[in-house]
Amino acid sequence: MSSEDALKKLYDIAEKIYDQLNSGDIPSMRLAARHKGNIVFDTRSGVWKYGDSKITRSAKKMDGGYMILRTLYIMEFIKEMIRTKKSSTLREMYYISEGWGMAKFHTQEESNKLAEDLEVITEFMREDFKLRPEEDGASMIGNITVEEVNRKGKPMRINCRDDVGDSGYLVPYNVERDKLKFASADADLIIGIETGGMFDRLVENGFDEKARAVLVHVKGQPARSTRRLLKRMNEELKLPVVIFTDGDPWSFRIFASIAYGAIKTAHISEYLATPTAEFVGVTASDILNYDLPTDKLNERDIAALQSELKDPRFDTPFWNEEIHLMLDIKKKAEQQALAKYGLDYVTDKYLPEKLTELGVLR
Amino acid sequence: MGIADEMAKKQRPISVAEFFEKNRHILGFDSLTKSMVVSVKEAVDNSLDACEEARILPDILVKISQIGKDEYKVVVEDNGPGIVRRNIPLVFGKLLYGSRFHALRQSRGQQGIGISAVVLYGQLSSGKPSRVVSKIRDDEVAYEILLTINTKKNEPKVIREEPIIWDRKQGTRIEVAMKSRYNRGKQSVYEYLQQTAIVNPHAQITFIEPDGHKTLFKRVTETLPSPVREIKPHPHGIELGEIVNMARSTKTYRLTSFLTNEFTRVSPKIAEKICKLAYLYGDMRPQELSLSEARRILDAFKMVKLMAPPTDCLSPIGEILIKKGLKNVLGSLKPGFYAQPITREPGVYGGNPFIVEVGIVYGGELPKDKTVRVLRFANRVPLLYQQGADVITKAISSVDWRRYGLDQRGGQGIPVGPAILLVHVASTRVPFSSEAKEAIAEVPEIRDEIVLALKSLGRQLKRYRMKKEQKKKLSEKFFIVNKIIPEIARKSAEIVERPVPRLENVISKIMNVIWIDESFEISNGDLYITVRIANFTGKRQKFTLYADYPIGELVAHDGRINEDFLEWEMDIKAVSYEYRHFTLKNASGYRETNYYVDGVNSNYVIGAEPLPGDWKIKIDFVEEVNDKEVVENE
Repeated sequence: MSSEDALKKLYDIAEKIYDQLNSGDIPSMRLAARHKGNIVFDTRSGVWKYGDSKITRSAKKMDGGYMILRTLYIMEFIKEMIRTKKSSTLREMYYISEGWGMAKFHTQEESNKLAEDLEVITEFMREDFKLRPEEDGASMIGNITVEEVNRKGKPMRINCRDDVGDSGYLVPYNVERDKLKFASADADLIIGIETGGMFDRLVENGFDEKARAVLVHVKGQPARSTRRLLKRMNEELKLPVVIFTDGDPWSFRIFASIAYGAIKTAHISEYLATPTAEFVGVTASDILNYDLPTDKLNERDIAALQSELKDPRFDTPFWNEEIHLMLDIKKKAEQQALAKYGLDYVTDKYLPEKLTELGVLR
Repeated sequence: MGIADEMAKKQRPISVAEFFEKNRHILGFDSLTKSMVVSVKEAVDNSLDACEEARILPDILVKISQIGKDEYKVVVEDNGPGIVRRNIPLVFGKLLYGSRFHALRQSRGQQGIGISAVVLYGQLSSGKPSRVVSKIRDDEVAYEILLTINTKKNEPKVIREEPIIWDRKQGTRIEVAMKSRYNRGKQSVYEYLQQTAIVNPHAQITFIEPDGHKTLFKRVTETLPSPVREIKPHPHGIELGEIVNMARSTKTYRLTSFLTNEFTRVSPKIAEKICKLAYLYGDMRPQELSLSEARRILDAFKMVKLMAPPTDCLSPIGEILIKKGLKNVLGSLKPGFYAQPITREPGVYGGNPFIVEVGIVYGGELPKDKTVRVLRFANRVPLLYQQGADVITKAISSVDWRRYGLDQRGGQGIPVGPAILLVHVASTRVPFSSEAKEAIAEVPEIRDEIVLALKSLGRQLKRYRMKKEQKKKLSEKFFIVNKIIPEIARKSAEIVERPVPRLENVISKIMNVIWIDESFEISNGDLYITVRIANFTGKRQKFTLYADYPIGELVAHDGRINEDFLEWEMDIKAVSYEYRHFTLKNASGYRETNYYVDGVNSNYVIGAEPLPGDWKIKIDFVEEVNDKEVVENE
């Protein structure tokens, strides 16, 4: 799919709005409702996508009117970027809207949301619209050699163990094939890690070599490029993906967005989600089994857990049990709490045990 | 000697004055601060009553000066008719002396206790006599009298009395020294005078505080309240002692004529019937009526059917003056909404006519998080104390104000919100809960009338809030059709490279209203009003528009005059504006004109009401009597 195709799609929208006005109708757009009540499991791809529930944004209301107007401005802006072979960050688009008169965005939240709306309506990705996020991609360490096309347009081979420093290989925002290829890999699994502290611990303990693992620091709620990269490595290198996070409701959601697809981006779950990814921990059972130091759940944590019980993505026996257990013990734990038993405990004992349990390690 | 004899030695008649000396709190003299407020109140009430009775616009001076530690001199002076010399000691020095005790009439003072109690309090607390100066119009000189009260005998004791030269045409001045304390906050002399000014807009009051600070509460109207008529007691509102007293002092010779002459609503036929029911001869001398015979008459009163007492003897403040008064309290604060004050039809409790008036201001700059301020009045006298015990408070608390948009915990109690409530109860006999006249007793008839009036205000409040809400929604739509839609049209046309489409149909689909609003500017004291009529519907509209301007005189216009309002025949194309104009003079204080439409479905009209059915006869405020909520559709 090219940017021209994406542009054509946007043009169609503009034309539809024009036609509506011309025939005396109030301009409106229909798009999938983006909430957890409208995601369904797609058996073919094994990920969660938007269902059939649609909402109409009409110019009858202030919000809808602004959305339609802004869409027209964005269209023009994208057209110009394609012509001049540029791209812009979402933040830049937010600032560029300063010149759009009454269509300007008041917060970046608004512009980000509209970019997502446009993806939902057009079924193109924002990258097709020459829009990119400004957030950091992931870091990666492990015996895998990638070939990245650099700024000069030249392919560049990088081994993510030998050619990088302690912080690892920094994943670019665009990880599509035209930008990034996998040249070779000698590893048994991929471990996505939530926190920098734990990533550094595994690196320092040499767990990448010891367990023949590619370590990926997903940096909290992972950026799209991180999720896309995990998926591509999983599919193209046939490596199992496991996710290692803190033991709290928010970390469960990190895993869900990687494995099942995020609610906000369910229109592109097929590109982003890795349905075979497994959750290593920290689970509520781990808290008990390993007798980990804990914090008490606060009210927001409890509300988040209860909301997860109503989230169709968590409707599995495993998550039902773990979420209820966490609600029962009213406790959460950080992944670094494993240091209670010494710095090597996580690599010598916890991960080997858990990975064996999952059948990833033999 | 038996114990009874022992006790009998100590038993002796207690004079009224002596009784009050021991129970001064009954009259309200229960703290130093309060004593001063009560003293000023009694004197000012008398002055206002005297002036009104003499049909004089009151001009009252209140001056307080400190003369010692916790000792002040209170001076109240009026321009009333004055008091004839021989009556001065009695008026100020004898409790229960007064002109009003047997007359039933809406007046401030009722029992004739007030001012002499002030003199008494002054003499008891400071040891000093009171000074009275009074001059009547035809006299050359005024009389100055220093007096105290002989508490045992309830008799005035004149210490000095002499004619003096007083540079006033007429009037009365009283000076009382007393132990008291001065403050200026809640429940102060200042607050009392301010509130008095609110409900007595015909009075001018000058107030000089101990520090010399001078406040002038200006007269806002030159019109005196219409004179109140005295009425005779109604048989259903009388007590035994009163019958006995009246019978003793009547100048009639026969019981039947006593009944017909001294009571209201008693015809000769009914008088005969009462006598028969009381087993008394109609031609007996009323002066010889015994206590038990009087009781039989009282019982007979209850058995006969009587017309309710006349109600034209009451003098309400009136809607305009209530509005003006509320404006006065607000000072520089600007409220969002003045409700149309409600004056109920007169009612009757226990043979006494009464009338209830209420007003409310809401919103704007009034504090949102405080309980609603309540201004209570009885016969134009502010009630500052005992708010909790008052029927007004109880009535307010029993209304569920949440339905009308004010906060109220559990739907009862004084509501919270940006509002000031004014409630006035006027009656020939206000049923105060105590001699101090600080609160009105909970009489069901009065409470019910207040509740109905408050609900009527509440509905206005709700309508105002709904209109505001509707306006907000509509101004959003205005923004959409005036700004967003044309911009979408321009931009989309630019992108698809086609001509900008016509938008009338889209606009009328979004708005679907006829919108009427006005703007005005003032030039050379004239008010130029422009009415904008926007037809945002999909079709041509024909209707009649009426303007009912609240004040001022019509100088110029482009419509047609129909009695005292202005009308235009409108014929307006789909999705278009038209303008109409008129000019008013002498319209200071103008807020807005009420617009009405006829000949068009008023559901589509914003900014004008449907023409009331009887309107072509007379434009008037039509009050709903039933308590049904007005449910308006969005």
